Amino acid sequence: MTYVLGKLLHIVIVAGAVLPGVGAVMVWAERRVSAFMQDRLGPNRVGPAGLLQPVADLLKFIFKEDVIPGHVNKTLYVLAPVMSLVPALVAFCVVPYARGMAIADVNVGILLVFAISSIAVYGISIGGWASNNKYSLLGGVRASAQMISYELALGLSVVPVFLIVGDLNMEAIVRWQKENGWLVFWLFPAWVIFLISSYAETNRLPFDLPEAETELVAGYHTEYSSMKFALFFLAEYIHMTTASALSVALFFGGYELPFVTLPQGVWGTVLSGLIFFAKMSFFLFLFIWVRWTLPRFRYDQLMKLGWKILLPASLAIIVLTAGGVALRETLK
Amino acid sequence: MSQVDIVLDRPQQPSEHQVLNMGPQHPSTHGVLRLVLELDGEIIVNCTPVVGYLHRAMEKIAESMTFNMFTPYTDRLDYLAPLANNVALSCAQERLLGIDIPPRAKAIRVICCEMSRISAHLLGLGAFAMDVGAMTAFLWFFREREKIYTLIEHLSGARFTTSYTRVGGVAADMPEGFLDELRAFVDQFPSKVEEVENLLTRNRIWVERTKDLGVVTPAEAVAWGLTGPNLRGSGVEWDCRLKRPYLGYETYDFEVPVGSVGDCYDRYLVRIEEMKESTRILRQAIERMPGGPVKVEDPKVSLPAKSKVLMGMDELIHQFILVTEGQDAPPGESYFGAENPKGELGFYFRSKGGGYPDRMFIRSPSFVNLQILPKMVKGRYISDVVAILGSLDFVMGECDR
Repeated sequence: MTYVLGKLLHIVIVAGAVLPGVGAVMVWAERRVSAFMQDRLGPNRVGPAGLLQPVADLLKFIFKEDVIPGHVNKTLYVLAPVMSLVPALVAFCVVPYARGMAIADVNVGILLVFAISSIAVYGISIGGWASNNKYSLLGGVRASAQMISYELALGLSVVPVFLIVGDLNMEAIVRWQKENGWLVFWLFPAWVIFLISSYAETNRLPFDLPEAETELVAGYHTEYSSMKFALFFLAEYIHMTTASALSVALFFGGYELPFVTLPQGVWGTVLSGLIFFAKMSFFLFLFIWVRWTLPRFRYDQLMKLGWKILLPASLAIIVLTAGGVALRETLK
Repeated sequence: MSQVDIVLDRPQQPSEHQVLNMGPQHPSTHGVLRLVLELDGEIIVNCTPVVGYLHRAMEKIAESMTFNMFTPYTDRLDYLAPLANNVALSCAQERLLGIDIPPRAKAIRVICCEMSRISAHLLGLGAFAMDVGAMTAFLWFFREREKIYTLIEHLSGARFTTSYTRVGGVAADMPEGFLDELRAFVDQFPSKVEEVENLLTRNRIWVERTKDLGVVTPAEAVAWGLTGPNLRGSGVEWDCRLKRPYLGYETYDFEVPVGSVGDCYDRYLVRIEEMKESTRILRQAIERMPGGPVKVEDPKVSLPAKSKVLMGMDELIHQFILVTEGQDAPPGESYFGAENPKGELGFYFRSKGGGYPDRMFIRSPSFVNLQILPKMVKGRYISDVVAILGSLDFVMGECDR
């Protein structure tokens, strides 16, 4: 009973406070960092350095009129933002964000993440379809094609990790890296593919075609307002958080630091959590940095990159890694 | 399916194709351009531009006012380069009246034109980059534009609606210290262009998005009447500033950059180079700035000084006649085309004598340049439409006039 209650509390804290909190800070950071890059000030009025801006935004979203246009499919229209947010939250559950602190320390680990995050595409494509708007529909169609294409490359780019570590469990992968060094040093090309694909999976520039505002007005969420729009918005940021967390856990040693042994007990756990969040922040910053630097791909170029370059490349990396692992085993 | 039916919202024959209304309120149609796109998936089968949402009957309005009274209307033509429009209008009126302006006025007008060119290209390229997704380039360019606006404010008293020129010269001389401010701007400007070039010119995604897109061959460009950077992007070396010189442009030392392929990337490069050439012209204009009056000292053309009007009978009469009846134009017709940032902005005047034109016609480059759009976008993707629109760099205020 206490175990169940403890888990429930853990879930509530992570899904109800930590992830939306990270999302909110990211919204603020995105605006401040982009302002810094563009010689602007950005939001700096609400609270110290504008830190309370997300709160103000949230209040605004809540008090806005919740419009459901007459021409939409009401059930799906209401369901779509939820379907977009929930997988984003759930996918985080297997990530060990501090020592022994994964919500679900399951042996299929990373496979679960891919299984769940592939549901997220339904939120976007159904949202685009249910809006009964041509721009939304185009956004939805683009999203489904894009996310399905890049999921392959994303999944395949992680396979070398399993080959080397020999385990799907995220904690095991982190432990392996503690003993043998970060996997990014072994699998740098695979990490690059993982990074590019995760940008496409989260619909961020240069792959933000589903919502390309200069082409499709706002893509799949053109017809959404108030909190429904906020849910889509939040889902994008939480997807980014999950992608960054995976990058840290799979390729950058997770919550551990090289050459440093963290103390046992509570303080060790807290420290490991801080290390994890620090590493994750770097990848989140990378998301922002890229967004405000690069132009957007075109649909066919995106497909070409996914199918003709990333997919064969990740297959080649798998073959090479498998060969290397086999060689290591024989030499033993 | 008939395009006319689509445009007029009449019931249509059932079709496999989807009709998408892009504009008049779409983020990347830059104003109130409406495109009716017939789509096969994301590929454009047919495109019909619908213009006229910003029509203000400017040409008709011009018939009921004196020459100087029309100047403020030109601020609203290509509203990204109001000063250049002012200059073009005044030059056209002076050609009709057959007068020549003093050298200092000419040099000031050259400064006006080139500042406008830089400012218009900054916005045009910035919006182009933003349409393709590069937001930062847009804001970096806007920061530079802000500096030009400050300069324009010092020069004319207004940032946007300048109305700075008059028949026979300019409204007032440059304020003290203006040339130093301009020099300071010109000195730092090329490095700022360099910054944006670092973001875009060799950026793989930018090149992929714009290379070999919307190709216009030199013959087509001439046949469709393209002018300005769009024409030069196709490799046709035509620049009114050199081919039909005015304001003494032939005495300045500058290059006319031309493209080689005629795609969106070439048009982008041509505009970047033109901004650099404009800074060269500005430098020369600052160096050589002659002294003397800034308007024709003929009381039948420009207003006499206020102090004289208050004291002298002749001047009082001249002022009264000029303000109420305008400059007396000889019967006849004239056309003047100026090399504006968007292309050749032409003013045609026909006069039957007196202070009001009998007919006035504006050849607006944006309107003419837009004609080729349906041909360019056919068979391309929706994303290409915004890139092509951005590279054509049009302003609806001028297109619809």
